Amino acid sequence: MITKKLSMLLSAAALTVAIATPAVARDQIRMVGSSTVYPFATAVSEEFGKKTKFKTPVVESTGSGGGLKLFCEGVGEKYPDITNASRAIKSSEIKRCAKNGVTEIVQVKIGFDGIVFANSKKAKRVELSLRDIWTALAAKVPVNGEMVANPYKYWSDVNANLPHIKIEVLGPPPTSGTRDAFAELAMEGGCKTYPDIKAMKKKDKKQYKTICHTIREDGAYIEAGENDNLIVGKLQANPDAFGVFGYSFLDQNSDVIQGSIIKGKEPTFENISNGSYPISRSLYFYVKKAHVDKTPGIREYLAEFTSDNAMGEYGYLTEKGLIPMPAADLKKMREHTKNLVTLSK
Amino acid sequence: MQARLKRRYRKERMFKAVGLGGLMTGLLALAVMVISILSTGLSGFTESRLHIDVYMDPEIIGTIAGNTEKERLHSLMQINYSALVRNSLRQKFPDVKGRRNIFSLQKLVSKGSREDIKQRLLEDESIIGKTITMNLLASSTVDMYLKGQISRHVDQSERKISDKQLAWLDVLQAEGRIVKGFNWKFLTSGDSREPELAGIWGAAMGSFLTLLVTLVVAFPIGVASALYLEEFAPKNKWTDLIEININNLAAVPSIIFGLLGLAIFLNLFNMPRSAPLVGGLTLALMTLPTIIISSRAAIRAVPPSIRDAAIGMGASRIQTQFHHVLPLSMPGIMTGTIIGMAQALGETAPLLMIGMVAFIVDVPHGVLDAATALPVQIFLWADSPERGFMEKTSAAIIVLLLFLVLMNGLAIWMRHKFEKRW
Repeated sequence: MITKKLSMLLSAAALTVAIATPAVARDQIRMVGSSTVYPFATAVSEEFGKKTKFKTPVVESTGSGGGLKLFCEGVGEKYPDITNASRAIKSSEIKRCAKNGVTEIVQVKIGFDGIVFANSKKAKRVELSLRDIWTALAAKVPVNGEMVANPYKYWSDVNANLPHIKIEVLGPPPTSGTRDAFAELAMEGGCKTYPDIKAMKKKDKKQYKTICHTIREDGAYIEAGENDNLIVGKLQANPDAFGVFGYSFLDQNSDVIQGSIIKGKEPTFENISNGSYPISRSLYFYVKKAHVDKTPGIREYLAEFTSDNAMGEYGYLTEKGLIPMPAADLKKMREHTKNLVTLSK
Repeated sequence: MQARLKRRYRKERMFKAVGLGGLMTGLLALAVMVISILSTGLSGFTESRLHIDVYMDPEIIGTIAGNTEKERLHSLMQINYSALVRNSLRQKFPDVKGRRNIFSLQKLVSKGSREDIKQRLLEDESIIGKTITMNLLASSTVDMYLKGQISRHVDQSERKISDKQLAWLDVLQAEGRIVKGFNWKFLTSGDSREPELAGIWGAAMGSFLTLLVTLVVAFPIGVASALYLEEFAPKNKWTDLIEININNLAAVPSIIFGLLGLAIFLNLFNMPRSAPLVGGLTLALMTLPTIIISSRAAIRAVPPSIRDAAIGMGASRIQTQFHHVLPLSMPGIMTGTIIGMAQALGETAPLLMIGMVAFIVDVPHGVLDAATALPVQIFLWADSPERGFMEKTSAAIIVLLLFLVLMNGLAIWMRHKFEKRW
């Protein structure tokens, strides 16, 4: 009895291995990339799957860097068709792509994402400058002309106009694209306002970057993991704490948290869209031109993503927190996308 | 003497108290976890619907072309359902004017309502041109409000639902047009970006297919290795080395197996990404040591007298193993296997490496279809900005826990039913 069952199981195992022959024809778009673009790419995929006769694309959340790495590995069914990114592709990545035969890449800029500095609605809204943010969070700050480990404990130490509450900021870990953008836009932006440090940029770029981008590790900045919902929850529990995360989380939770005013600008849809809010970045996705017409539906997917229904003023992506580009840029981007204009080397 | 006795009793009492305290802490933690999950998750199993009279406008619907069901479905996809819903809502609230207002009126109803209308049209074309009352799915924001998770007593700017929308909802509520029901979609559909449409079935199927592959691969190999090591292998340095390695493998972090799966199955064998087949093979590598160790223990527990008797009756060694030892140790082997499977069911880390952490709407039907797994689905929902996913996350945890309890229960039941005592 048992032998029979065992042999049955064994043959079933053999069968499974037999099915696993490589190179299965793919009839489904495959995407990888940024977790920031993930909510938008998935929304388009779902809509696309419901509206067209094509299968719903599979979207993996691998992070921008991880996505581009997979994307650049080659051309063929094995490799993804599209990668999402919360930053532009680097020249080193383009080279890597070219080395593996991925020479024609179509870049689609989809809009902006603001990074907000927010606290609970139970507390007062604050006004910060980038300099305040850097001074409060940098690992080393200048005191009397010397760089010392960050001595500031309270916001009022940083700037007398700020309230006397402990510096406690919850934010993403170094692996996150949001953290990269925060370091580059907010931290470096604030760091530059010190003339001594700015002068260093020309002399010793590496040290300049270290000073500007390194965040203190003495407990004032708490790495809260990649889960932004967790940060939102913790902010509600602790009104003295601030959080750093993407605009869409502020948009979805505007009843419990508020974005701090930075450089006199509130993180609103309008301010991020017109570029006046200082901490915002562009979002992209990249398409392998060699896969268009090979994997069915890529053209239609691009059309759906860039349609008014998705990106327009009342589009479903806009509703999910994507901040679209100004009309002129949008028109140009649509033109480029439709004609599959590739990146120049 | 008396004093020493007293001290001994005191020590005993202390030990008992500490043990009981530890147990209580554990139980308390469990109770807090279960209560918090249940309190947020149970509402995830219900949904809200709005009774709306929908006019099946022939001008919007047009003609449904095609003879086969597939062609007809495709033709049905082209219909502008939002226009149908919008017009019907405007008929209900004729004094709503302005693009923005109409837009927010339409937002009361979920995007998923088009599936309901499509289904009705597919079943019965004669409704075109008529006005029929339909139960349209409410949007997640409305659902959250009706479940009391959005308070109306705060300023309009501080909630996702506007005063106007509240007024419309009040009218609908007064007319008894808002109904709550069990959310079957949650148990029968795949993932979605809209919380009210998201379902767990795709992930459950993915987990099932993955575990099937794991079982089919790991069980025979695991039992065969255990049998060989325990009954046939010579005892020497090599078998000792193998034994140590197996015990070590059981303690290796699961992400390592994911990396191994990525390197072997994807990069070397060119298997498709995100497929339950690859996930199952990877998890099989992970569960093998558990199965081997528990199987060996079960085989060792069979008394030698059984083997001696079988051999004494003239049975060959293979016959002894397959007719006597294996059937007698089967309950123990099964228990170990089920516990290993339950462990595999809860894994996410190895699946991350092989592309099973993904947004997948279509429910997988085979081991080569792209799929995700239950714990991955929980992780993905927990990370979504929409508020409605909070209850879905907890609801999915309830489903996963239910499966785990079921599997462990099965293991216990099997042990009791088939266990032999000597």
